[in-house]
Amino acid sequence: MHELSIAASIVDAVTESAAAYPGARVTAVRLRVGALAAVIEDSLQFCWDIATEGTPLQGAALVVRVMPVVIHCAGCGVDAELDGVQSFRCPRCGELAADLRQGRELEIESIELEEPDPACESASQQVSESAEPAAPVMNQTGRWE
Amino acid sequence: MITRIVELRRGILKKNDELAAALRRRYIAAGVLVLNLVSSPGAGKTTFLEWTLRKLRQAGARAAALVGDLETDKDARCLAASGAPARQINTHGICHLDAEMVGKHLDAWSETAGANGATLAALDYLFIENVGNLVCPSSYDLGERIRVALLSVTEGEDKPLKYPALFNSADTAVITKIDLAAPCAFDRELTLRNLNEIRPGIRVFETSAKTGAGMEEWLAYLQAERT
Ligand SMILES: Nc1nc2c(ncn2[C@@H]2O[C@H](COP(=O)(O)OP(=O)(O)OP(=O)(O)O)[C@@H](O)[C@H]2O)c(=O)[nH]1
Ligand SMILES: [Mg+2]
Ligand SMILES: [Zn+2]
Repeated sequence: MHELSIAASIVDAVTESAAAYPGARVTAVRLRVGALAAVIEDSLQFCWDIATEGTPLQGAALVVRVMPVVIHCAGCGVDAELDGVQSFRCPRCGELAADLRQGRELEIESIELEEPDPACESASQQVSESAEPAAPVMNQTGRWE
Repeated sequence: MITRIVELRRGILKKNDELAAALRRRYIAAGVLVLNLVSSPGAGKTTFLEWTLRKLRQAGARAAALVGDLETDKDARCLAASGAPARQINTHGICHLDAEMVGKHLDAWSETAGANGATLAALDYLFIENVGNLVCPSSYDLGERIRVALLSVTEGEDKPLKYPALFNSADTAVITKIDLAAPCAFDRELTLRNLNEIRPGIRVFETSAKTGAGMEEWLAYLQAERT
């Protein structure tokens, strides 16, 4: 059961990143979790509620995207996605494949912030539905692998 | 209000990964081969390791061990019976070792280097016995060169299928307690097949710390990995 320490690490990382947007509230945190990351989503969700309680992240949704295992088959020369984690065989030729290309990720993909519209500071009831698509990539280091 | 999406692409265990990378550089600079032993509780890590340390010492190699447990220093005392330096890490409730704990204990250890201390540069091998747990240790890199997953014949042949994250992350597997294979009706072929489905090409040793079976092959492997 290491989900609680993982949840606490997410809280720390998100709090640090969100500090660049004063006045904004974090509404969602999106994760990429590999099928081989040894993290159980249910217990992570449970621990997320505990870890965020009483912090500015309280109430933020934790959205988990499970990344299936992708192997590289030398024989076929292709990357292939596997259905599960019970057998590491190329779905095309049936050969065992040890070369893992995806499936161990444990990373925060993005966070969703709600912030006052700078263009109409006084008219806060005027809600803009359009999300800003041009999001800066803040951190490219520390990727799993 | 506006909604903004900020891409982070940040590893959740980034801090551990960075510390582990620093440890790995230290191990390489010191010329020490580091192995991380993982298994379910009671699979036989300490017994296997005590035997290994004793044999390595007899062969003139310098080996030491760090051992993680939630509580007690029983395993470190058991390992120290081999004559090799052994140090206990108590995690007090945490179900795995992480790179920070290992780094701290290595620093404290080299400060007391002498009769029962160990500095990395004075070692050929460092074994890290992880907390008995088949889930959590798989996510925490300790900077080791070789991750060894142990599996005893009394646990059932399907362990690799039930804990694929851990067995897939291992470089080597050791089947322990093979002296009990017959009374347990242990299905060797099935176990080897399951290991290979989860970690294709994994090197497997079949050992008994009671009879010494399979230990020569294991020691030869350790020696070969050092050179
Ligand atoms: N018959 C037999 N028993 C063994 C063998 N190896 C270990 N045992 C027994 O298995 C039990 C557990 O062994 P340990 O070496 O303490 O196991 P461990 O994996 O270190 O246990 P934890 O550190 O608590 O996770 C002990 O009673 C050992 O005597 C073996 O090769 N054969
Ligand atoms: Mg032990
Ligand atoms: Zn193929």
